[in-house]
Formats: sequence, structure tokens, C-alpha cells
Amino acid sequence: MIAPAKPELVTVNIDGKEIAVPKGMNVIEAARQVGVDVPHYCYHPKLTIVGNCRMCLIEMGMPAVDPATKAPVMDPATGKQKINWIPRPQIGCATNASAGLHIRTQTPQVKDCREGVMEFLLINHPLDCPICDQAGECKLQEQSTGYGRGYSRFIEQKNVKPKRTLLGPRVMLDDERCILCSRCIRFAKEIAKDDVLGFIDRGSYSTLTCYPGKKLENNYSLNTVDICPVGALTSTDFRFKMRVWFLKQTNSIDPESSVGANTVAWSREGVIYRLTPRRNDEVNDTWMADSGRVLYKAVTAADRLTAVKVNGADSALDIAVHAAGELFKSAAGAVAIVGSGRSSVEEQFLTKKLATALSASTHLVSRVGPGDKILVSADRNPNVRGALVTGLIPALPAAQLTALGAAIDAGKVKTIISVGEDLFAAGLNATQLAKVAVVYLGTQANATSEAAKVVLPTLTVFEKSGTFVNQQFRLQKFLKVVPGASGATDDLVVLAKLVAATGGTVPSDLNPLWKVLAAEVPALGPVTFANLPETGLLLDATPWAALPFVEGETLHFKPAAQPAAVTA
Amino acid sequence: MNLTPATLSRIDEVIPHYPTKRSATLPLLHLIQEEVGYISNEAIEWVAAKLELQPINVYEVVTFYPMFRQKPIGRRHIKVCRTLSCALLGGYKTCASFEKEFNTHLGEVSPDGEVTVEFVECLASCGTAPVVMIDDELHEKVDAAKAKQLSDQIKAEAKARK
Amino acid sequence: MPAPAQRRIIFQHIDEPGYSNDLACYVKHGGYEVMKRAYARPPAELVEEVKKSGLRGRGGAGFPCGVKWSLLDRKSGKPIYLVVNADESEPGTFKDRYIMHQDPHQLIEGIMITCFANNVKQAYIYIRGEFPHGARILEKAIAEARAANFVGPNVLGSGYGCEIYVHRGAGAYICGEETGLIESLEGKRPYPRIKPPYFPAVLGLYQCPTIVNNVETLCHVKYIAEVGGEAFARIGTPNNTGTRILCVSGHVQKPGYYEFEVGKITMGQLLNEVCGGPLPGRTFKAVIPGGSSAKILKFGERFKGKRKVGTEMVDYDWAVEDVPMDFDSLGMIGTMGGSGGVIVMDDTVNMVEALANINAFYAHESCGQCTPCREGSLWMKKISSRMVHGDARPEDGQLLKSVADQIAGRTICAFGEACAWPTQSYVAKFGDEFKGYADAKKTAQPAATTLV
Repeated sequence: MIAPAKPELVTVNIDGKEIAVPKGMNVIEAARQVGVDVPHYCYHPKLTIVGNCRMCLIEMGMPAVDPATKAPVMDPATGKQKINWIPRPQIGCATNASAGLHIRTQTPQVKDCREGVMEFLLINHPLDCPICDQAGECKLQEQSTGYGRGYSRFIEQKNVKPKRTLLGPRVMLDDERCILCSRCIRFAKEIAKDDVLGFIDRGSYSTLTCYPGKKLENNYSLNTVDICPVGALTSTDFRFKMRVWFLKQTNSIDPESSVGANTVAWSREGVIYRLTPRRNDEVNDTWMADSGRVLYKAVTAADRLTAVKVNGADSALDIAVHAAGELFKSAAGAVAIVGSGRSSVEEQFLTKKLATALSASTHLVSRVGPGDKILVSADRNPNVRGALVTGLIPALPAAQLTALGAAIDAGKVKTIISVGEDLFAAGLNATQLAKVAVVYLGTQANATSEAAKVVLPTLTVFEKSGTFVNQQFRLQKFLKVVPGASGATDDLVVLAKLVAATGGTVPSDLNPLWKVLAAEVPALGPVTFANLPETGLLLDATPWAALPFVEGETLHFKPAAQPAAVTA
Repeated sequence: MNLTPATLSRIDEVIPHYPTKRSATLPLLHLIQEEVGYISNEAIEWVAAKLELQPINVYEVVTFYPMFRQKPIGRRHIKVCRTLSCALLGGYKTCASFEKEFNTHLGEVSPDGEVTVEFVECLASCGTAPVVMIDDELHEKVDAAKAKQLSDQIKAEAKARK
Repeated sequence: MPAPAQRRIIFQHIDEPGYSNDLACYVKHGGYEVMKRAYARPPAELVEEVKKSGLRGRGGAGFPCGVKWSLLDRKSGKPIYLVVNADESEPGTFKDRYIMHQDPHQLIEGIMITCFANNVKQAYIYIRGEFPHGARILEKAIAEARAANFVGPNVLGSGYGCEIYVHRGAGAYICGEETGLIESLEGKRPYPRIKPPYFPAVLGLYQCPTIVNNVETLCHVKYIAEVGGEAFARIGTPNNTGTRILCVSGHVQKPGYYEFEVGKITMGQLLNEVCGGPLPGRTFKAVIPGGSSAKILKFGERFKGKRKVGTEMVDYDWAVEDVPMDFDSLGMIGTMGGSGGVIVMDDTVNMVEALANINAFYAHESCGQCTPCREGSLWMKKISSRMVHGDARPEDGQLLKSVADQIAGRTICAFGEACAWPTQSYVAKFGDEFKGYADAKKTAQPAATTLV
């Protein structure tokens, strides 16, 4: 691992507490480090600073020096250097740490400033939190408890602005709730590079809008909903489905590509309601793609596999595992395993164990698409690197399962274990598949599961815990969000049972399994599942440095070499 | 956009006055409004393409500045100063006179299509209040009587044209 | 004491019969001679002259011009720009209009001297949209000057090149704020920038070091180059040097523009003698001394305190009429010289209605970028309009003041103060009129002149 360059540290004083922070860090962030909350609306750590909401006004001072001699001016009362306080309040977001900076956030003036801004923001804002979908995660509502007046002095007509405007397929706008912080505009321009949002008209009549005839429909549009501090922008998928305070938050990972955006899954009573990004400054900052946010729908999708089947008839897990074991025996020496880049590291490890036990050849299905240079990479498998690290595959997967097809044609493969992969889609033809018996482990039905002799329903990424290794070789963990679907079994359990059917023994619980992993997989040496940091852990990628990975540049990722030609 | 060659050549002349094309937004909008009379969405998109901007960038600007109009106005544009110095000397009466003379309301096109009367903020000629701009011409000390006189003149010109 | 005579430096030829705005006339009157001499001097010397002159900006803030120039980042390697603030948008102010319409070459000469002094190769004149003729006149004058080699790639054969372009605004007061103006010139909504970090002297137009100077200020620069900084500093009063154009409007007999040595004339002399006093049968009630945003002065109030005269501190006890019309004196009594726009109101004016007019202006002109100004300015307008056109409550004056107090000092730009000061001062000085407005409306004759 490469240590980042140490930033220059300066000592600042915030509400009397001294702390060393990187020079130039803004006061909102510096205050956060000493546990002081500086309320704000327009400031966002990953967007440019505009300073328009004025909620983060603070008092600022610098140590006094004699203008002529530059000698410190001492305060006889305290014996310390005198502080020259600027009478006018300053915005925290645009005040940067420099040596000796003094900040006060708890003075009557600061309180008065915050109360003033709160009152101003509320005079034209609907006061109808009970019918607003943002309630519970509304910054305006939160700050009202600290700085609200509790009653309104405003007896004039409120401004009337458009309600319920569809900005795009996934984002709804209520202009009357908009506090004109411009976060969404800056996001669209600076991060999504899709400059379609803006303010029209002026003064208090300023209105957020999308250019007529254009839509906010880029694949990052829902991030505007995440960063909207109020109920102006809401998700068409989520709005009015569930009050946020009922929802449980579980850390997860976006499985749509090898970026591995960190996410939070919001669920209640076994049902997932939405996925939102989780901040990881090394991976996805505070963003994720819209396309990754709908993946939770696989959990209850119509094509979900929930019945164990043997030869097309409903069965039970142990009977099916036994049937699979019989197939292995009858095809001894002629078993192939199609593993998956969507499986977790743990599952890939057990798949490898199974392959070893069966002397089976291993294959992986490649899944490649155009990268968007932001948070969807060219490799649409979340965990190809996990397959490399665990030794499931020795090299990057070919575009199609051509080698496996040839082996079938040559009569060298009689049984195939497919871990969630549709072999038709991966390049095998009907003739080839007719020659083999398939044991299928997976979550959704497809042509391969239809044709399989044995179907073992398993769990989606939201129903189990595990790890992925992303394009940076960062090991990241995801946690079980909701209980597994009835009829489906944890992949690790299924794989362990299959290994057992070959006469072997492997653990299927994560913690004991990680002991084995750490012992047997060199790159995972010091790791345990429990101590893996929430922001992940960079693995030593040296053994695979020369491989021609397909990913191009994305946020926080530059490929080591020129990416291989993408053939979708 | 069907702009005249003269306007197009002035547009091409003004863009290189600035190191970034975006700076030419206001000049282009002025030139187009001078020719067409208002700024349509088509004009916004044309300017955006010409200056390599997104339409929203131009739309934001058009709607900020009151001098840009998004729909046609009357043949003549009567702008009465509303701000304090003019108001102190009867600006509101002046404005009402024009409205009455042309049987119209603020911001609307008069029924004969001849004028649009508007209140505008300070025209920076406070020493000769109340002032009125009719198209590009400033008229000073426009009391009700002078408003009537100016209105008669506009009506006479309209008649002569017909 | 009789009022001093006008001293016309900037307005020397304004309204002079036969004086036209073409180059020939300007040259005939000695035009561009100062520039020729200035171009023979080291640029740094010219900056020094301006510093010595004590010239303070005439746009509104009164910031020392020489200091502004010396803050310029000259080491960045980036081009340096001059932006001429010809947006003249503070209500009550109309001096730059006459300079540009009647004597544009004076401005161009001032610009070219300033550019040479500061190594500026590109100047923009940002002229308000409401001056279409002014823009055309300036463009014609620049073309004439270019043809005569006073502007262009090789000015006066010196090898130094500088271009001037005219850029028209489109009706926005906020473009008078220098960073709003810069944004507007860049083709964006004129949202003033946060300072720090965007000080024009360092990160101005196109993120390059930029000087933003007012039209009148630049004409003074030309005069300073002519007579020298020290001679200029002897005009006017200490720290308030040179002449100043005072624009008088409202309820006086002879409104108009008058140029005096700064601080040599009092408010009383200006209004009673120079402007001929109140209209027949009326008395002065209030005056705004420096553009509509300046805090109002109430005739009859007195200002007491100590002030520096030479090296001594002396007591002063002034009526409104006694106040010298300079930056420091007006600042001492809690208002400002601002842009030099003096708006006079007589006893026919109800101050609630006057404030409602002003509040409507500021609500219309707030850019809407930052919360206190955006919401506060419209709220104040709504309150004061309701008082006039609907139900007035005795507590509305205090509510207005409280709203204004939540704006001033908390916004991105000085518009916050500009929109708050009228309300704060009207309510403070005419509180009874606000308290009693409901009753006044019931009993009094409706005002002869509608203000809102």
C-alpha cells in the first residue's frame, strides 16, 4: 500500500478547542473534527463552494500582531496572544484553516444569524411537513428544532411556484419547497457533466428548472435527490412509499460494475425500499448511478427462483444436493464449473474448493459494457478480481465460453455447475447444452435454469453478507439487508453441501470461513470479515498487475495500463 | 433562426471581443432582440449552439434580465421609470396616462398592437424626473400633459403608417 | 455662509454650447494631450500619482483607487483586465450618463491612462442596458480613437497595445456590484462572488487580476495624470480629495448635477442655495445623501460628536443642513456619500410610502442568490406594500426593522446593506409615521402623489 502525501497541518481553535487540521480545510469540516456541528444547506463536500445559504455563518478571528513589528500582541488579562475578531460574521464553508484561526460557533450573534436564515428560508416554504415525503430527513426540519422560531411572523401571501414537475423519469421537483441552494445544479454540471438544470427568473421568484424540452435523465439523476437538503427533489421510485424513520439502514455494495460503489440499503420488515450511496472518498465519493439503485428489485422479482428442483420437479435441498452428487459421480473427471464474477469472494473460494474436489475445470463469464467514466466501469461484474485473488480463475475470462463449448463438443465435459450464469447467454448453444447435465445455483430464472437437471435457489446480494474486490483491488464488504427469500438458501451453505457431497468439508459460516481464507489465500492474509473497515481495504495487486483489465478511467480510478479493447 | 446577414455579421464580429465565447451571450441576445423583437426558445438554442453552451445557460441569463422579452410586445415600447425620484414627481400618474391613452394595462400589448407600457426601475436620469423611454429615446420631465402629447405623437405616426 | 462656486473638472465641458462628443472637438479642447505625456512616463509613476492623490472611488463604496490598484496581482503571469463600471444603477445617480453621452473621449483617455499604468491590454466598458445611445456613442468614440491611434495595437507608436470594448447590460442593478458585473460580463447570471476567495484584484474577470473602476473615477485619473497626485490632493478636503459630482433629484426647485470640491459644500448650501430650496409652499422633510441605499437623514435631527480637523479633535453639533458633503462626514453621521445621488423629500411625502417604493426597487433587483437578501428584500416589500394598499398594523414598523436587521452584514455582497439600510433608517427616524400609518390613512387626505 502506498501512503498518501502528508498534508501540512495547522492548529486552529474552534469554540476554545485546539485542533490540528490540514491547511486550507474549511471550517465546517474542521469543526466536524472536534464534534462541532456547523449547520449548512448549500455546502457539500464534493461540490464547489458557493456560499449562498448563509446558514454556516460563524465568528472568525486571527491572532493579533503589531502591524509594524509583526510581533504578537498579548492580552494582559489572559497572558495569551490577543485575538482580533472580525465583527462581521463569515461563512464557514469558504473560511479555510490557517495557522491560528479562531472560530466561535456558539455566540449570540451566530445563533441570531442561524435563526434569521431559518426564518427567511421558511417564509416562502410550505409549512406542511406531515404531507411532505422529505420529513424525517429534511435539513430544514432538523435545523428548525434548533433555530426555528416556532411560530411565523409572516402574514403576507407566499410565492406561488410550480408543484410536481417531472424533471426526468426518476426525479420529481416541487419548486415551492426548493431553497435555491443550487446543489443539484452544481452536481449536474460538475459531476454528471449534464448541464440541464438552472435557475430562471430572479430574486425570491427564482425557480429551479430543466431547460424546456430537456430532461434530467442521466444515469446519475437520483444523486440530486440525495443531496437536496429539502423536499424539493424526490425520487419517483421512493416518494410516498415509506416514512424514512421506519427504515433500517444496512451497508451494501453496488454490484453493477467493478467500481463497487458503497451503498446503504433502506429496509423495513424484510422489504427493501431504496438504495442510496454511502460516502467513500476513495471509491465513489457520495455518489452512485441510478442503474444500481433499482437492483434491489431482483429480490422480489417475478423471475425469482424459490423452489428447489430436480429434473423439473419440486424437491428439497438435501435431495437435490444428493442428486447433484450423483451427477458428479457419473461424470467423474468430466465436470466443469462456470463460476461467477458476481459471486462474493467467499463464494468464489468455495467454488474453487468444489472445483478442486471434482477436478473440474473452472470458467468465468465475462460481462463487459461501455464505461461511463464516472461510477459504472467497463467490467460489469463486481468481483472478477475476487475470482483471481481466490484462484478460482488464473487469468481474465474470455469474452465467451468458447473453450467450454469445445470441451463439450469433444465429449470432455458431461456435467456443468453454473453459479448463476445463463450458459446460453454466455455463448453455449442448445446442442452443446443438450449434451450436458446442468446443476444450477442462482437467484433468477433463465434459459439455463429452465434446462437444468438440478436447480438450487440461492440469495441475492441483499440477502447475504460477503465481500467483493473492486477494480482498485479494494476488498469491500456488504451485509445482509433482508432475510433470504423463502425456498432459497445461502450460496455458501449450498456450496458447502456440494463440497460435502464430494466427501469434503468446508465451513459455510463467514467467520470460520475467513480463518480458512486468510490461511490459504495469500492476498487476504491479515484480514478477518469482522475487522474489514467500512471503507474497504486495498489488497496487494502485484500478482495481477500485468493482466489486461478492461476498465478505463472512472472516478478515483486510473487503469495501470491502457484498457483492453472493449468488446461488449 | 432566420437572421439577416447584417445581424449575423455583427454577431460574428462581437464574439472574438472576448477570450471565452460565453461572454458574448448578452451581446448576441441584444442583437437578436433588436432584429426579432423578442427572445424565443429557438433563439436561446441558436445562441447556445453558436457559443458552445447548453441551452439552460442561455435560458438562465435571458430570464434574469428584465430587458430581454420572451414574447412579442407592441410596436413601440413605453418604459416609465417607477423608482423613487420619478415617483416623487408623479411617475405613477405618467404611467397611468399612457395606460389610459392606449387603453392598456402594464406589461400587455395595447388592443391596437401599437404599444406595450411598462414600469421599469431607475433609468438614471433622476434630475429630469419623471422620465420615460420610448424604445431607445429618453423623454424627460414627462408629466401627464407631456405623456398625452407623446401618446398623440405615437398615434399620429401609427395613422400615417396606415 | 454662501455656497462655494462649483469647480467643474469632470464636467468642464458638459452642457457647454457647441461642445460635441466627437474626437475633433475633444482634441480641439486639448484632448489626449495628457495621455501623450503619461505614456512617456514609467507606468509605476502613474500608479504612484494616483496613490498620492487620495482619489476615492466614485461608484459608491469610496474605496481609495490607488490602494485598489496596488492590490492587483501583478505576478500571476495572467493578463490584467480593466472593467469600467458604467452600470450607473443606484437610484438617484445620473452623473456617468452625462459623461458618456457628452464627453466620451474624456472617459476613454482616462481608461487608456489607467490601462497603461497597470499594464492592462484589454478593457471592457460595462454600460447599463438602459443607455443604448450611450453605448453607441462610446463605440463611435472608441472607433475614432482607434483610428487616431489612441486605442489599438500600438498606441501612439509606443509599442504598447490596448483594446476597449463596450459591453451592454440588460437591466440589473446587481451588475453594479463589481463581482456581479464580472459574472455578467462572463455571460452568466450576475451572481456576486464570495470574497474570499474571489477578490477581483486577484481572481477577477476570467479568474485573472482585474481592476473595476467607476466612470467618474477614471475621469479623475485622467485629471490626476494631468496635474499630479499632490495637486489633486489639495483639491477638496483631507482624505476626501478632488471634486465630486452631486446629483440632486426629488423635491427641490433646481434638481440636476453639480460638481464641487469634496467637503467644501454643506447639505444646506447645496439644497437651499444651489438647488433653490424646496418647492413653493413646502418644507424639506428628509434627504437621502448618497443614492437610495444610503441611510436617510431627517431634517430637524442633530448629529453630535468629535471629529478630526487637522491633528485636533473638535466637537461638532450639526443639523442636516450643516453636514459637509464628503465621504467621512456623511459616514460619521451614520449614512454615506455613496454614489453622490441626493434624493430630497418634502413635507408632502409619507415615509411609509417612500419606503414602500424603495423596498419594491430592492425586491425587484435582488439577484436571489443568497438567502437573507433574497427572502428579506421581498418580505420587506410585501410588508410595506400591504401597509399602503391593505391593512397596516402598528407593529409593522418594528417587524420591518427586525427583518432588515437579519439581512445587513450577512449576505454575499453589499446589496444586503443596500436593501436593509433604508428600512432600518426610515423606521428608526420616522417610527411614529409607521406606527400611526393605519390611522393616518383613515383620517388624512390621500397623498397627492402615488409612490407605490
